[in-house]
Amino acid sequence: METSMDINKIQEEIISEFEMFDDWMEKYEYLIELGKDLPIIAEELKTEDRLIEGCQSRVWLNAALIDGGMSFSADSDAIITKGIIGLLIRVMNHQKPEIIASNDLFFIKEIGLQEHLSPSRSNGLLGMVKRMKLEAIKSLNKK
Amino acid sequence: MSALQNLPFNVREIREQFPALRQQVYGKNLIYFDNGATSQKPQLVLDAINHYYSKENANIHRGVHYLSQRATTEYEAARTRIQKRLNAKSSNEIIFTKGTTDGINLVASSFGNMLQAGDEIIISAMEHHSNIVPWQMLCERKGLFLRVIPINFEGEILQDEYEKLLSKKTKLVAITHISNTLGTVNPIKEMIAKAHNVGAKFLVDGAQSIQHMSIDVRDLNCDFFVFSGHKVFGPTGIGVLYGKEDLLDQMPPYQGGGDMIAKVTFERTTYNELPYKFEAGTPHIAGGICLGKAFEYIESIDFKAVEVHERALADYASQVLETFEGLTIIGDAKNKTSVVSFSLKDLHPFDIGTLLDKQGIAVRTGHHCTQPLMDFYKIPGTVRASFAFYNTIEEIDAFVIALERSLNMLK
Repeated sequence: METSMDINKIQEEIISEFEMFDDWMEKYEYLIELGKDLPIIAEELKTEDRLIEGCQSRVWLNAALIDGGMSFSADSDAIITKGIIGLLIRVMNHQKPEIIASNDLFFIKEIGLQEHLSPSRSNGLLGMVKRMKLEAIKSLNKK
Repeated sequence: MSALQNLPFNVREIREQFPALRQQVYGKNLIYFDNGATSQKPQLVLDAINHYYSKENANIHRGVHYLSQRATTEYEAARTRIQKRLNAKSSNEIIFTKGTTDGINLVASSFGNMLQAGDEIIISAMEHHSNIVPWQMLCERKGLFLRVIPINFEGEILQDEYEKLLSKKTKLVAITHISNTLGTVNPIKEMIAKAHNVGAKFLVDGAQSIQHMSIDVRDLNCDFFVFSGHKVFGPTGIGVLYGKEDLLDQMPPYQGGGDMIAKVTFERTTYNELPYKFEAGTPHIAGGICLGKAFEYIESIDFKAVEVHERALADYASQVLETFEGLTIIGDAKNKTSVVSFSLKDLHPFDIGTLLDKQGIAVRTGHHCTQPLMDFYKIPGTVRASFAFYNTIEEIDAFVIALERSLNMLK
């Protein structure tokens, strides 16, 4: 199994990265760069069952269990959403399913992005986090 | 814009009445361009909310005590004030509802009950979901047919197609006065006359017009007019259904409960008179009274001047936005006001809205509860700036600078 960094350590790392930004626009500039860098999910994987429909933007999520760790790839039609996806994948990729299922992803609130995961924002991200956890739980049950 | 140096009314003075406009978000001065979704409230209304719960709170219509009588008097005075403003014949024609959606559902349920299988209802392709779904549900329940008048690419209802759809089978036409997504002002007076020619009734969805123009229901000759209080500087959770009295009299009650009855026995219940027949249960008393206050406020505003000012805002915003490369304004009706909706090539409205928000600018992004309209334009959604009379040209300038910055970031 690929050794992965502690899930909380990665979150601490992201928090300290975001502490360097002076204002909101710098944070979003960074998120946009992350969004542009996110590896694009293969078109044939953008199927209905991988689609998480949000009121504002749409997210596609592909999940697989590889060598005991979860492997995620995702895409969105909105670039800021993609940037946040990039952060979520960075935290959760290669982690064991049981760790993903139980982690509270505290970094999101710490870096001030909790509004994007509020039910009212409805941009597919809350659905995506739920789906990432669900996929982890599903693979746990398959074991 | 030198023509706007001499504004027909004093916007500065007006803005002072709206405390919500004087705040910072994310450390920036708030620019509120989401008036199509809801309006901010003047001090008069804010004070009235506080005053009601501090001094008048009591249940209305049945109490013999001082507070109840005072609340009843205030609530009914609000009804009369709204009746006068709309130029309705009688205060019996003013039904308090929860809002536009509630008013449409009331008509769909009650008036709808009088319709027969095979009857037809006409709406347009630019309707808000709340003026589509209640009719779809009614059609399913009663075996009616829903007909949709198409629009042209400019966002105008095709009047010749409307005439073709009208027939003896048409029982109701339900059309928005102003499109919440496109800003199109529909020629409803003419459309009402055409509906009446075939014996159909006409409902005007006034959610987006009541705050922008003076409404005269007798001049329009509409059978129903619905609007929400919160879009016309009043509280949320209160709205109005105007209906012609003889028509409301014929219609069965909507919901059962207290206040709407004359006499109840287990064998038979007789219903109260208008308007109470349609107001079951304890109403939103504070909402009604404070909507009355909002109407008192708008009575002090010159709406002829408002129309000029708001059109100037929309025209100026359109002119400046059109200079952006790859930007398309959605909706180019000849008669248009207060709303500028646009999309940008290869950019998602959500990204633009998020970056504008972080610069203190409140716009709406998405499909604006008009998904069929988005399908027509083949876009996922738009960015919508919607204005009220308290907005200024300077705010549009700041908005344009913020938009420019957002687009540079997204490039």
